[in-house]
Amino acid sequence: MKNRAVKCIILFLALTFIYAPILILALYSFADSATIGSAFHFSLQNYVTLFTTPELMDMIWGTLSLAVFSAIIATILGTIGAIGVFYSKKRAQMVANVVNQIPVVNADVVTGFSICILLVVVFGVSKDTFFPLIAGHVTLSAPFVYLAVLPKLKQMDSSLYEAALDLGASPAYALRKVILPQIMSGVISGFALAITLSLDDYFIATYTKPATFDTISTYVVNATKGSQTEIKTALWALSTIIFVLVLIFAVLMNVVSNKRSDDRKAGA
Amino acid sequence: MNKNFSRKYLGIPYILFLMIFVVMPLLVILYYAFTDGTGQFTLSNIARFFTDPNTLGTLFYSFSLAFVTTCVCLLIAYPVAYILARSTFKSKRVIVLIFVMPMWINFTLRVTALKEILTMVEGNLAFHPFLNSVIGMSYDFLPFMILPLYTTLSKLDKSLLEAAADLGADDLRTFWKITFPLSMPGIVSGISMVFLPAMTNYVVLDMVYNSTYIMGSLIGSYFSAYDWHNGSMIALILLIIICLFSIFTNGQEEVDARGGSLL
Repeated sequence: MKNRAVKCIILFLALTFIYAPILILALYSFADSATIGSAFHFSLQNYVTLFTTPELMDMIWGTLSLAVFSAIIATILGTIGAIGVFYSKKRAQMVANVVNQIPVVNADVVTGFSICILLVVVFGVSKDTFFPLIAGHVTLSAPFVYLAVLPKLKQMDSSLYEAALDLGASPAYALRKVILPQIMSGVISGFALAITLSLDDYFIATYTKPATFDTISTYVVNATKGSQTEIKTALWALSTIIFVLVLIFAVLMNVVSNKRSDDRKAGA
Repeated sequence: MNKNFSRKYLGIPYILFLMIFVVMPLLVILYYAFTDGTGQFTLSNIARFFTDPNTLGTLFYSFSLAFVTTCVCLLIAYPVAYILARSTFKSKRVIVLIFVMPMWINFTLRVTALKEILTMVEGNLAFHPFLNSVIGMSYDFLPFMILPLYTTLSKLDKSLLEAAADLGADDLRTFWKITFPLSMPGIVSGISMVFLPAMTNYVVLDMVYNSTYIMGSLIGSYFSAYDWHNGSMIALILLIIICLFSIFTNGQEEVDARGGSLL
């Protein structure tokens, strides 16, 4: 009994550390004050500012578009790459796996800096083309897609593909209709990973983005250095909205996976 | 299309992509690190790093900060992961999700939240730069330590624990002789998820007004000064540290630690 109480206290303390800042900030996003801990007067001003300031809206849409666009490219590239490498010779596999590992374990500062040096300094590509930025984000996330897909390929029943070919399917058709469905769960989690990586990135964006474009990360970092409290507190509102969205997403994910495991139990 | 179409050709675009955007940037870094402004080979960049007390101090400060941050994360994450893994809660998955969910909220927004709270508690953040940086980084990286530990601990073979108990080992002995050694892979992967970012993520330091440099800040400042050569040397030194680390881990763990299996 005592043991259980100790465990609950430990979990509670950890949760307090993790959530207290987010929740207190969420509370004060509904206040008219820029100082946490001051008298609380309810106000929706921060949310109004967030949704009516073009600069803020541009930054949010820019971040989302970048995340979706780079995640789509990374998912296509990483998935096709994983399939191709999976069927290559052992030596090619080893090389690909090692090189694939580099952006995964590398510090984002180094990835961003080195891509900027290559594209902007050596090849003279303008940052305004968005090419260095997108290339940077794809380089960050495609290796994760590759790693999410590879285990699914290993688990796959390889005789099905052979059977499809024997029954007259073209390789491309068999790839689409036989292999892809079997690795789909890996592709989806790879895509989700790619989105979260791009949304969370600061370092690659800061070294490769056009000067006039901001992602949420680069914008927040600049805003905390500035003295515009109106913008600062509008970002609290943004933080709260993102928190709620992540919460909804987590709940949905759990419902889906419960349903899936129930189906499995029912099927068994 | 005929039956000789080989699926391995599908790997070519990806391997090309890796060569251009992963290998080439590293070669360029290597070139810049060992040349000067006129393109002449030089060892002065590396000599400068290892003889300048400022840069050596930065290396030392980064190591200290990363070490303390990693210890703090481990001390918080291990009990949490252990309790979660052994708990009999009905909806364990949901509870684990609650602990790691913040990793999907943009880190600059999370650190902003923490900063506001710390300001409320401490008044002026400038008085405890090291402490605040450790708190900020631990706050940022904690989920990445909890998840690999939880994954390893929940896969632990329960029969080993039962066997130990049957053979007369008490709980503490069972923990140190069985649970702890078997959770090593999770500890290693957690450490690699925290230690390296803690050496390089200078944004957290900026946000809690710690003006001391870490390795990442050096790259940032050389970059702002258009000094590609010294910047590349720092990047190269970081790469070597990272290589040493990644001998002990593999990529699959990184995917797991970022919630790949939850997504």
